[in-house]
Amino acid sequence: MTDSPKMTARHVNVHYGPKQAIADVSIDIEQDRVVAFIGPSGCGKSTFLRTLNRMNDTVPSARVEGDIRLDGQDIYAPEMDVVQLRARVGMVFQKPNPFPKSIYENVAYGPRIHGLAASKADLDAVVERSLTRAGLWNEVKDRLSDSGTALSGGQQQRLCIARAIAVDPEVILMDEPCSALDPIATAKIEELIHELRGRYAIAIVTHNMQQAARVSQRTAFFHLGTLVEYGATSDIFTNPRQERTKDYITGRYG
Amino acid sequence: MNEHTVKAFDSDIGQLRGLISEMGGLAEDAIAKAMQALTRSDLALAAAVRENDRRIDELEAEVERQAVRIIALRAPLAVDLREVVAAMKIASVVERIADYAKNIAKRVPLIESEHRIEPVSILPAMGRMAAEMVRSALDAFAARDAAEAARVWDSDAPLDDFYDSIFRTLVTFMVENPTTISQVAHLLFIAKNLERIGDHATNVAEMVYFAATGEHLADRERGGLERE
Repeated sequence: MTDSPKMTARHVNVHYGPKQAIADVSIDIEQDRVVAFIGPSGCGKSTFLRTLNRMNDTVPSARVEGDIRLDGQDIYAPEMDVVQLRARVGMVFQKPNPFPKSIYENVAYGPRIHGLAASKADLDAVVERSLTRAGLWNEVKDRLSDSGTALSGGQQQRLCIARAIAVDPEVILMDEPCSALDPIATAKIEELIHELRGRYAIAIVTHNMQQAARVSQRTAFFHLGTLVEYGATSDIFTNPRQERTKDYITGRYG
Repeated sequence: MNEHTVKAFDSDIGQLRGLISEMGGLAEDAIAKAMQALTRSDLALAAAVRENDRRIDELEAEVERQAVRIIALRAPLAVDLREVVAAMKIASVVERIADYAKNIAKRVPLIESEHRIEPVSILPAMGRMAAEMVRSALDAFAARDAAEAARVWDSDAPLDDFYDSIFRTLVTFMVENPTTISQVAHLLFIAKNLERIGDHATNVAEMVYFAATGEHLADRERGGLERE
């Protein structure tokens, strides 16, 4: 564990056309920690998450200002290779989105295009390791050639997590990864987040307050595009400093 | 404080606070009646105090049920969570306060002499002081009033002083009038019970303070009161 944060964001502003979605947000994403982004719909938490691996680049009207660094390196610098960045800062989405290919190919795709496996044996090893870390190996090892889309929702989401970690990322971003899953599949993902924490920095957007409390060590509360409060999860949920945070987490919000 | 979006949450918390208020009122009443029974040698009143203690025990169990239910169904957080936990703890402390009052009432028939020695006359003042602390601590809970809780906490020292002075008076009296030893021994225990009631009211005040502010009373010099 290092003292310097894995990622730093300073004075980040995001506009969609004339509309400002994020206003002057500064935050550190720490190594070996899970940070949860919470806040009401439209507060900017997902938008902010997406600035961390430049997913907003794909939105034509989006404009990102400010300084965001990964290990001190400016990720919006002209020389930054976005494909490379997204391998280092992986992402898992709300709805499981496996490729319409085999389970094996879903995981092998990334390492292959990034040239991370020299041989078929290497690739097999990466696939097994990734599926094992994602807690899916025992369930799928005998049917790796089945289509990824044939798995249950919870398995599909773990497959997407395996796909994200197959390229050996440093940071994993998760945008409401459990909102389409039942409680048991959710518990498995949460346990997985707990296990992955020692290896990656993780940022998760969630609408489920209890989930934020369960999986994260840090919580950031966003409201109307600003970062209202950021601190230790246990403090935020027992004794928030800001009135707006308290109103939101206790269900008194507007 | 704003209302919850889910109104049933407010009514659940309201019920919990109602139960605590009822318990507090009964405990305060038990202290006053026990002291009255003592000074008037009123055995019927003393028996009634012991009888009424059952209701307080029932209320304590009811607070626990209601608090567990709120935690299970509402998943309270922040100030709500602190308040529910405080309510549960306060209920058990108030139950103990009522036990002290019951203990005082139990001693009334044991004091053989109908004739009360003169120092008995100062005990009701101490009883009023202790009961006042209990009332103020529970009023502070009802009003989420951290400043009032801090005031109750500060008022424990005068009660302790009162106890020390009664203790000295009683011991002196006992030495000078050896035939009263049995009665004075009971009075010493009664004074001690009142002193303990004050300590428990102080504990309630600490819980109220924490529920209201999220800070510990003992740390308040570092600016605990400025918040919320």
